[in-house]
Amino acid sequence: MAGTPPLIDIRKLCVGFRGRAGAILPVLHEVDLTVCRGESIGIVGESGSGKSTLALAAMGYLKHGLQKISGDVIYDGAEMFGRSPADLARIRGGQLGLIPQNSGQALTPTMRIGTQIREALHLHCAMSEGEHATRARDLLAQVRLPDPEAILRRYPHELSGGQQQRVAIAMALAGEPDALLLDEPTTGLDVTTQAHILELLRELARVRNMAMVYVSHDLGVIARVCDRVQVLYAGETVLEGPTRAVLREPAHPYARGLLASIPRLGEQTLPRALDGRPPGPNGPREGCAFAPRCALATQDCRAATPPMIEGGADQMTRCLYPDRVDEITGDQAGNAPHGCAEGSPCALDLAEVSIRYDRPGLFDRLRGAPRPPATVDGIDLHLRQGETIGLVGESGSGKSTILKAIAGLLPPASGQITLGDGTALPAAVETRRPDQLRRIQMIFQNPDDSLNPRQSVGEILAQPLRLYFGLRDKALRDRAVALLDTVRLGAPYLERRPGQLSGGEKQRVAVARAFAAGPEIVLCDEITSALDVSVQAAVLDLLNDLKAAHKTAFVFVSHDLTVVRALSDRVAVLYQGRICEFGPAAAVYGAPSHPYTAVLLNAVLTPDPDHAPRLMAEDVLELSPPARGCPFQRRCPVKCGTICDTDAPPARETGDGHVIRCHIPLDELCAKQTGEPPKS
Amino acid sequence: MSTAPPAPRGPRSVEVLRAMIARPSGAIGLTLVGLHLLMAVLSPWIVPYDYKAMDATITLAGPSPAHWLGTDHLGRDVLTRMMLGGREALLVTGTATPVALIWGGLLGVYLGLKGGWRDEVAMRLVDAFLALPGILPLLVLITVFGSGGEVLMPTLAFFFGIPVIRVARAAAHEVVARDFVSAARARGHHPLDIVRRELLPNVTDTLLVEGAMRWSWMLLGFSALSFLGFGVSPPKPDWGLMISDARVYMSLAPLGVIAPVIALSTLIIGINLSADALAKTLGLDRSRKAVI
Repeated sequence: MAGTPPLIDIRKLCVGFRGRAGAILPVLHEVDLTVCRGESIGIVGESGSGKSTLALAAMGYLKHGLQKISGDVIYDGAEMFGRSPADLARIRGGQLGLIPQNSGQALTPTMRIGTQIREALHLHCAMSEGEHATRARDLLAQVRLPDPEAILRRYPHELSGGQQQRVAIAMALAGEPDALLLDEPTTGLDVTTQAHILELLRELARVRNMAMVYVSHDLGVIARVCDRVQVLYAGETVLEGPTRAVLREPAHPYARGLLASIPRLGEQTLPRALDGRPPGPNGPREGCAFAPRCALATQDCRAATPPMIEGGADQMTRCLYPDRVDEITGDQAGNAPHGCAEGSPCALDLAEVSIRYDRPGLFDRLRGAPRPPATVDGIDLHLRQGETIGLVGESGSGKSTILKAIAGLLPPASGQITLGDGTALPAAVETRRPDQLRRIQMIFQNPDDSLNPRQSVGEILAQPLRLYFGLRDKALRDRAVALLDTVRLGAPYLERRPGQLSGGEKQRVAVARAFAAGPEIVLCDEITSALDVSVQAAVLDLLNDLKAAHKTAFVFVSHDLTVVRALSDRVAVLYQGRICEFGPAAAVYGAPSHPYTAVLLNAVLTPDPDHAPRLMAEDVLELSPPARGCPFQRRCPVKCGTICDTDAPPARETGDGHVIRCHIPLDELCAKQTGEPPKS
Repeated sequence: MSTAPPAPRGPRSVEVLRAMIARPSGAIGLTLVGLHLLMAVLSPWIVPYDYKAMDATITLAGPSPAHWLGTDHLGRDVLTRMMLGGREALLVTGTATPVALIWGGLLGVYLGLKGGWRDEVAMRLVDAFLALPGILPLLVLITVFGSGGEVLMPTLAFFFGIPVIRVARAAAHEVVARDFVSAARARGHHPLDIVRRELLPNVTDTLLVEGAMRWSWMLLGFSALSFLGFGVSPPKPDWGLMISDARVYMSLAPLGVIAPVIALSTLIIGINLSADALAKTLGLDRSRKAVI
């Protein structure tokens, strides 16, 4: 790529905003970014590191309140911030495409896909109205959407998340762009969908020789699609280099820590958390920004900001001791997950639980219309004390629905939930007794939503303490402080409001609130998916410690297979509200697997440049489970015939309580999975 | 781990007030409302004449050094009556607005949390009330129970509370969908506990703005009743009543109409501007943002 001038060239860019005190606080500090045609660059960092700001600045756009302080943003030879609005409008969306995070929300809900694509074509393509329809079909075919004609007539809500993302990509391609900016392009998508989208993007970049800028917190994504990586920390580039080198032998302690905090499928230990949190934009800018969290930090690090130096293997690092980065990994093996003893007494038992969202209307009942199959059906789970059961599956697999049923928020249509002492649990939360309620606590996905923004942390923790234990005044405060200590926060946090806490701190408060009740069972609903990887590792570590200390049983729901693997004793794989496979984590994640589990496992991305996901089933939108037969019949890559459509699959046991529900015999399943060569 | 204490800040109400004054609409609105309140409180001591004092020799006079705004058809000083004319209106509506806000707000939030058939029935009743022209049911009640502050206050509080139900319910609905309410429900708190601790603090902003708007509507309604002869009884000075009395002689002594109209409209504009500033200020709620 030498020789050709870079397409995007950002030099010493400083961006900041005016704080409440009037001083300008930097968000980006002297950041460089160079991308050539046909090159893929990944920008990695924790939330707040300025990575999205950098990507948007490449378009000559800054979010409201931000201002460029100094530096140049050059696109195709000319400064972006100096261009006229008309010029910018032509470039943005035309030569320079943006694919935002969560494109389902970026599509207009009241317009058909066809209309929206035609609008993009109208703006950026000089062609007649008549050609637009053909071109729109071409674009949808390019992003490998099946039956483009039908998709054009649909509304965004009629598409799956993956399909929406493909439409967003198609729209970005409408102006024949030379470069694409992708802001967390696959965050929030299922593993299988994510893998497919990334393959598509790789292919498009190669065929069209586009420059790609990926912004992501997920190093697995970066590993799959990027040539080079730039790691941002507190608004500064701390490491820049080829993907392989950065992932294999990073020359900066922060990148090393980030890599260690990612849970991996093959590992038996919990990921290692990075201590501390990144400095805010109002912190003093003296010395290395990472020094307070760095094991290598010396007096020199704190004295002055280190310059970018050669870090070996073609990397540029902002670290004084790139050769010593290797040292900090030796004694840093993660903690082992605490298992539960065999034969522990039962904590919770679910028997034949089925849950429905639909309510047949009067007319349907009189007509005797057949009811659609239950959303969640035939769930049998036996949770032992101190045990963690993981529930995995794609979105819509009914994982969270099961948690709501256990919590009593969504009474099951049939089936029985029994507590460890044999008392049957009333279905609805209103009918449960306080002592029953106390024993089951729930932690929600997004702490922004699960903590009342009007309450201080002290008040939040006081809710369960007052309700279950009737604590008041001094006793209440002492208990709240003790709880904050157990989640590694402290008394100073009592007076703060959720808005003043970071994402990880908020989730810790939510954990503390759940444990305030002294529960026997804690239900965790995707509790780490809204957090950065380093913070996620810390929260997982915390749960592991609490589990050991309190003998609490967890039901842990996540779409992330690696996270579930890291913490769970046993795992249930759900598809369309039915359990496909259940057993000890090691058995479920090993061979043989249910075909669905195999699809999921093969699609998992790891931060390893040599790992390629093996894709099997294309993502399709399945809104309801099939009425008969195997729930996975429509997507199964190894479907054995009509028997899958008609008969419910038998439960096949491999021993050790490992059950696979599939028509294919176990040894055949085993042969299919180990014998098949990787597709890519 | 950084454990810097949060930035020092005063009570939230002071902070909001300061932010309101920083906006032009808030500054003007609050000044107008403040002046009116001041006038209402101080007027009995500073008015130049007795509001009942008639002088048959100078009926419908124009402005003069003795009577700056002239006199009405009974020879009473218009300035005096204008200054005193807001007292009854402010007293009645100032009491009735909070009452309307509290009962309508509480009921609305409770319905928003509970949902189900209660909600359905209550909302259809609200719809039915809102379908009637506002002043009609007021007139019926007043004809039955008679006019005067002690009747007007509860009547206004009742009728102006009904639209508040709808607003509070909508605001509560938004909050009920959030996980912290689910968390409270899963813990098994009493519904009233959830209303008090989880919902009310999050709908207060909406209710405050709604209250300011209701207040201006109520003032207008009160003046309309007085104008129609159902509100304040003569000879008590009241803007609505003054407009009603003076409109017959509008061509002879226009100030008799203009003065109370200006007084009433500045108050209502002031309230509306303040409500607007309040809404905008609360929209930029600090509690939802990180403190930097």
